[in-house]
Amino acid sequence: MLAYSLRRLLVAIPTILLLIVACFFLMHFAPGGPFTSERPLPPQVLANIEARYGLDQPLWKQLWDYLYNIVVHFDFGPSFKFKDRDVNDIIAQGFPISLTYGTLSFLLATSVGVSLGIAAAIKHNSWIDYFAVGLGIAAQALPNFIMGPILILTFTLWLGWLPGGGWNGGQWQYLIMPVIALATSYMGSIARITRSSMLEVLNSNFIRTARAKGLPTRTVIWRHALKPTLLPVVSYLGPVFVYVLTGSVFVDIYFSTGGLGQAYVGSALSRDYAVLLGVTILYGALTVVVNLLTDLAYAWFDPKIRY
Amino acid sequence: MQKLVRTSLAGLLSSTIIAGAAIAAGTHPQTGEALADDQTFIYRILDEHSSVDPQVVEDVSGAEIVRDLFEGLMNQDEEGNLVPGAATEYTVNDTKDVYTFKLRGDAKWSNGDPVTAGDFVFAWKRAVDPELSSPYAWFMELMSIENAADIIAGDKSVDELGVKAIDDQTLEVRLSAPLPYFPQMTTHSTTFPAPQKVIEEFGDAWTKPENIVSNGAYVLTEHLPQERSVRERNEMYWDNDNTIIDKVVALVINDENVALTRYLAGELDRTEIPAGQYPRLKEEHPEEAISFPRLCNYYYTFNVSDSGPEAFKDPNVRQALSLAVDRAIITEKVLAGGQPEAYTFAPEATANFTVPAVEMASMSQAERDELAKELLAEAGYGPDNPLSFQMVYNTAENHKKVAVALSQMWKQKLGVNAELANMEWKVFLEERGNQNFELARGAWCGDYNEASTFLDLLQSDSGYNDGKYNNARVDELLTEAKTSDDPAPLYTEVERIIAQETPVIPIYHYAGVYMMDSDVGNWPVNNVEQNWYSKNLYKIAE
Repeated sequence: MLAYSLRRLLVAIPTILLLIVACFFLMHFAPGGPFTSERPLPPQVLANIEARYGLDQPLWKQLWDYLYNIVVHFDFGPSFKFKDRDVNDIIAQGFPISLTYGTLSFLLATSVGVSLGIAAAIKHNSWIDYFAVGLGIAAQALPNFIMGPILILTFTLWLGWLPGGGWNGGQWQYLIMPVIALATSYMGSIARITRSSMLEVLNSNFIRTARAKGLPTRTVIWRHALKPTLLPVVSYLGPVFVYVLTGSVFVDIYFSTGGLGQAYVGSALSRDYAVLLGVTILYGALTVVVNLLTDLAYAWFDPKIRY
Repeated sequence: MQKLVRTSLAGLLSSTIIAGAAIAAGTHPQTGEALADDQTFIYRILDEHSSVDPQVVEDVSGAEIVRDLFEGLMNQDEEGNLVPGAATEYTVNDTKDVYTFKLRGDAKWSNGDPVTAGDFVFAWKRAVDPELSSPYAWFMELMSIENAADIIAGDKSVDELGVKAIDDQTLEVRLSAPLPYFPQMTTHSTTFPAPQKVIEEFGDAWTKPENIVSNGAYVLTEHLPQERSVRERNEMYWDNDNTIIDKVVALVINDENVALTRYLAGELDRTEIPAGQYPRLKEEHPEEAISFPRLCNYYYTFNVSDSGPEAFKDPNVRQALSLAVDRAIITEKVLAGGQPEAYTFAPEATANFTVPAVEMASMSQAERDELAKELLAEAGYGPDNPLSFQMVYNTAENHKKVAVALSQMWKQKLGVNAELANMEWKVFLEERGNQNFELARGAWCGDYNEASTFLDLLQSDSGYNDGKYNNARVDELLTEAKTSDDPAPLYTEVERIIAQETPVIPIYHYAGVYMMDSDVGNWPVNNVEQNWYSKNLYKIAE
């Protein structure tokens, strides 16, 4: 398994390199540059600025310098827009925020989603099942850009219980709405997948055998049915984890959390090349790692899988 | 030497009266209103500010913060008049190309060092230094400071900039051309002083709250990027005794509807009102919804260069399209925020600017439509040969609404087919700047309160003249206005020519449309540049 993991990580290096190169060229080919503005700079000033950031060099040279600085100094370059911060600062500031509420959303979505799904499958065609299915579908139909306004109107404007945005060092009052907004739609999907997977498992031969030999229902469910049930759920959870970290753009912007999503979108619009690349690399690396962890988790859930 | 202390009466009054009496606990020294115990002002900004370095900052929200942290030679009062800032007075020589500013002796930086003329010299040299490559270096060029242009171009050394500290309290500025409105330009953040010692010690990181030293009424105490920045009273500020607001918090809220919700929930003292919502909010919160004119215009520009369509080279076509725009529909139905209709390029709110009686403004819309049809027919366009073109705007809900309204007016009244196209901001700027358009949206906010900040856009060699309008007489008038003692009649004539030739279609002039908590005192609604200073505000006890 160790050898397999190492092999996967080695393959990740050219993958990320390819990502950097593709992103670098796409970015530079987009019309407009970091210093295009409504008040166009006099050519001389523009030339001064471009020289300062090395943007007057040929593209291949810029790419090479960029990669060199990352590999040798772990320096992802300066921000063109925020003069007193570099990319490392921006990521160091925004990523912990995204990670915190992303992880919380993930845990919420998974725990509630899986519980709902299991309850629905065990009490198949009962009111619990209908309730869980209804809730699951409703949650799935509420993506974060619908949940955001609903939550903020309810809890901030009408009830006045929660602050309408900000982060405040991650104080719990500030966490509730972003976490719920981000979690609901994934929670719905997880509940649905768990339910159908559980139903299928409960109808399989080994469960019938387990029941036939007189095991109590609880043991049948926990010891025999749960693991195989979770296999398709886990394959869904891997991408979900990446999504809640990276797909939090809306939540960041809506709740002004200061997370990385804001920097990501902002840097694309302002052509802040280094910030955009830096965040892309981070997200790319994250995707690779999470995919690997998902694959390794399979082996634990399903003894038939060996690496 | 002619002495010219243009200190306005209002400025004199406020400085003397306030200076005379220390603030009585709990009441405002002038108005006698009961003051709130918590003097914290919280407002929304659309986006993270670019910097709080005076020579680097390039966005409005950054400049607002910088104006609190640093103090330039001159300030503006609530009406936008010049009042003393770091300088108490200035004199100008007879040829109006050497200004001498006298700095106040009691001004200090937040670390206790005195504010000297040398701090301004350092800052101004910094602004033009190719090494810093300030995005606002051009402003120093616009101020006509001697050698600024050559230094920016790298042809001269920064030491040759026409600015000198005669002694610690005397700053001399030499201009390459007489510039009557030069003192007005010293209220711009690019001209604010910078602390040399601190910048040399910390480099680019000098603006971080733990390092920054400033000479304004406030110091930066907290900055959480993309979330908030906090500035608090500077105990070393020379006029600290008369400053009432203790703490100012700028919250970054990208979405204007969220900002409005948070305002209504009591989290903010000020936020912008989204387009179209002003009438409703005015009805529900008459004390809080406010609208006042601002120094910005909104227009569409014709591409009259070689790459533009043949039709737009005919002034009749351009004028017909302008005539057919029912401005009242746009301002009253689409935006509904109290914006003034525009028939001239420079807003009426501009200082010393008399709006010329352009013919179009005095006609009824029916008359305008009639004339538009005639002019278009004269130019050879009609039902058999309809005029078609593409109009571009940058992607935004408000711009789309205006563009749709315009194209419908043209379609219904003139049978013109205007195809709408929207582009992301940077792409839009690039295309418009390269004349890859037929008709494009434009908007401009004055860099200083003088009509030339707008009209210069129509000068043939202006870098901002994206439509490439070219009229020798306009160029001549604008050049003459630069050094004239009374440029108003020249501007009036420029506007007349523009109204006649219609290189642009002025649509409306901006209004500041805000929700402002009624306990915020002294918001400068009459300052059309919206150069506000937190030190002049106060919170009234509720």
